[in-house]
Amino acid sequence: MSASTTDHVGEHTNKTKLLVRRIVAYVVLVLLTIISLLPFIIMIINATRSHPDIQKGFKFVLGSSFGSNFKHVFNNTDIPLLYGLRNSLIVAGCCALLSTYFSALTAYGIHVYDFKLKKFAFAFILVIMMVPAQVSALGFYRFMDSVGLTNNLIPLIVPSIAAPATFFFMKQYMDSSLPLEIVEAARIDGCGEFRTFNSIVMPILKPAMAVQGIFTFVANWNNYFIPSLIIDQKELKTLPIMVAQLRSADFLKFDLGQVYMMIFVAIIPVVVVYLALSKFIIRGVALGSVKG
Amino acid sequence: MASSNKHKSISYAKWGYIFILPFFIAYGLFQLWPMFQTIRDSFYSKMTVGLIEYPEEFVGFDNYVDLFKEGEIFTYFGNTFIIWIIGFIPQIFISLLLAAWFTDLRLKIKAQGFFKVVIYLPNILMAAAVSMLFFAIFSDIGPINDVYKSITGSESPYQFFAHITSTRVIIAIINFIMWYGNTTILLMAAIMGVDPSLYEASEIDGATPSQTFWQITIPSIRPILIYVLVTSLIGGVQMYDIPQIITNGEGSPTRSSMTVVMYLNRQISVGKNYGKAGTISVVLFIVAAVLSLAVAAFNSKDQLAERKAAKLKKKKMKGALKI
Repeated sequence: MSASTTDHVGEHTNKTKLLVRRIVAYVVLVLLTIISLLPFIIMIINATRSHPDIQKGFKFVLGSSFGSNFKHVFNNTDIPLLYGLRNSLIVAGCCALLSTYFSALTAYGIHVYDFKLKKFAFAFILVIMMVPAQVSALGFYRFMDSVGLTNNLIPLIVPSIAAPATFFFMKQYMDSSLPLEIVEAARIDGCGEFRTFNSIVMPILKPAMAVQGIFTFVANWNNYFIPSLIIDQKELKTLPIMVAQLRSADFLKFDLGQVYMMIFVAIIPVVVVYLALSKFIIRGVALGSVKG
Repeated sequence: MASSNKHKSISYAKWGYIFILPFFIAYGLFQLWPMFQTIRDSFYSKMTVGLIEYPEEFVGFDNYVDLFKEGEIFTYFGNTFIIWIIGFIPQIFISLLLAAWFTDLRLKIKAQGFFKVVIYLPNILMAAAVSMLFFAIFSDIGPINDVYKSITGSESPYQFFAHITSTRVIIAIINFIMWYGNTTILLMAAIMGVDPSLYEASEIDGATPSQTFWQITIPSIRPILIYVLVTSLIGGVQMYDIPQIITNGEGSPTRSSMTVVMYLNRQISVGKNYGKAGTISVVLFIVAAVLSLAVAAFNSKDQLAERKAAKLKKKKMKGALKI
């Protein structure tokens, strides 16, 4: 057998193997796509069907009760969803703004200036990054209770000023894309330190702040544990607390069209944001995770 | 640069403090102070039974002794771990597989952007809502039971949430669906950071894809694998939203799905037993701290030597990472 035929045969089997591998890969990917999406397809379909319709059994056909489910859900006085949307928007929005601004400010302070406690401050923030929020939940709850801030949105918003993970991301971003020369040039031009940060550095940090802003928004939109301790007045509840209430209510007696609709309303804003910005979000996940 | 920094330190140091001050005030007030209070509470007995509020009293380590004697905490750590591992094994397996496929240049998977968007999607959704959705889907009157009834011909539904294994598995499935996309993206980034010349060399040497995977990919991304394992474990220890909502805070059946944080939550909001809640918090803190130290130890061992290489890698990754 000459060398060229073996090469040819080898290439041939290689090609078949590659084809088989490719088919397996696509089959698995399609299956995973179905597993990932099916629950949400069921949710969307059932949100369009009425309670008796849903009870008859599941069908892959859209119903005609989307409008009435929607109306019922927003007229439900036990679970005032409109308030929930408002509260969640306020909390998640404010947290996103506060946490990105102050994290950037903190990272900038450590990145640009030299001071005695700089190394300590940096190490300290890295250490506390791993401390789970639940660990101080009891103390936090009792503290807020003692100053009369339960049933108030402030305790859900203001603590986000200290966001170690966001800080870390900002610091890394500055290491790679904020040359100190810019700061020095601004100083020579007589620009004050705060103004340098706000009008020269912030625009440079925009991409990083956008990514972190989205993450913080989503995390707080979805946050359940701390809000459920702090809030129990129904007009102040955020969406996750309201969704959890569906489970507490006698589930089997609940209007299922409303259940699916409420879940739909709770997750759809984030899905829309995600689909619009998925490129940045996925890149952000990858970048934020790899430690240099 | 060092000299210019030194020069700056003379005139600008105070700005450093001013800029980091808000962060530390907020952290001290809302995290550190509450944490000290929590630790303090763990040494006091304070509880409300019915309408009677018992006065606060210093009890030393009694709360700890009671907690460990009762032993419920061990059961709940066990539950948490079991539910975590049921979800984590398929998660790491599928994620590695997908990451290897997505980065395989010969395989050339098309529509990668679409697949990545889909598999990452569940990660950003509200765990409370996803849990509620799964509860509805697996409930006695949900679509899964429609299928079950039509296949078995049985009149009565299969009560998924009345059985230990099915409840735990459903919680684990939700964890899996919500996290495998995230892990895939992390592992992909890691694989793309591996020196391409290693892959070229292996191809020239005629290595099969599985050989390349086991001999080059896995050893090269070991630090990230460990990072994924331990951060997932730390996340697992904090598992709350999903089992809380699936079981309505009861950890049913027979407390087999009660996790540590659910137990903590019960002591705060249902039991109003702050001494016990503080004790559970401290134990949780110690467990999380030990796990974090493990990450730090691995990181410094594996990455100190590679720091320079890692920086180079990251630069490359930024260019290569397109979806």
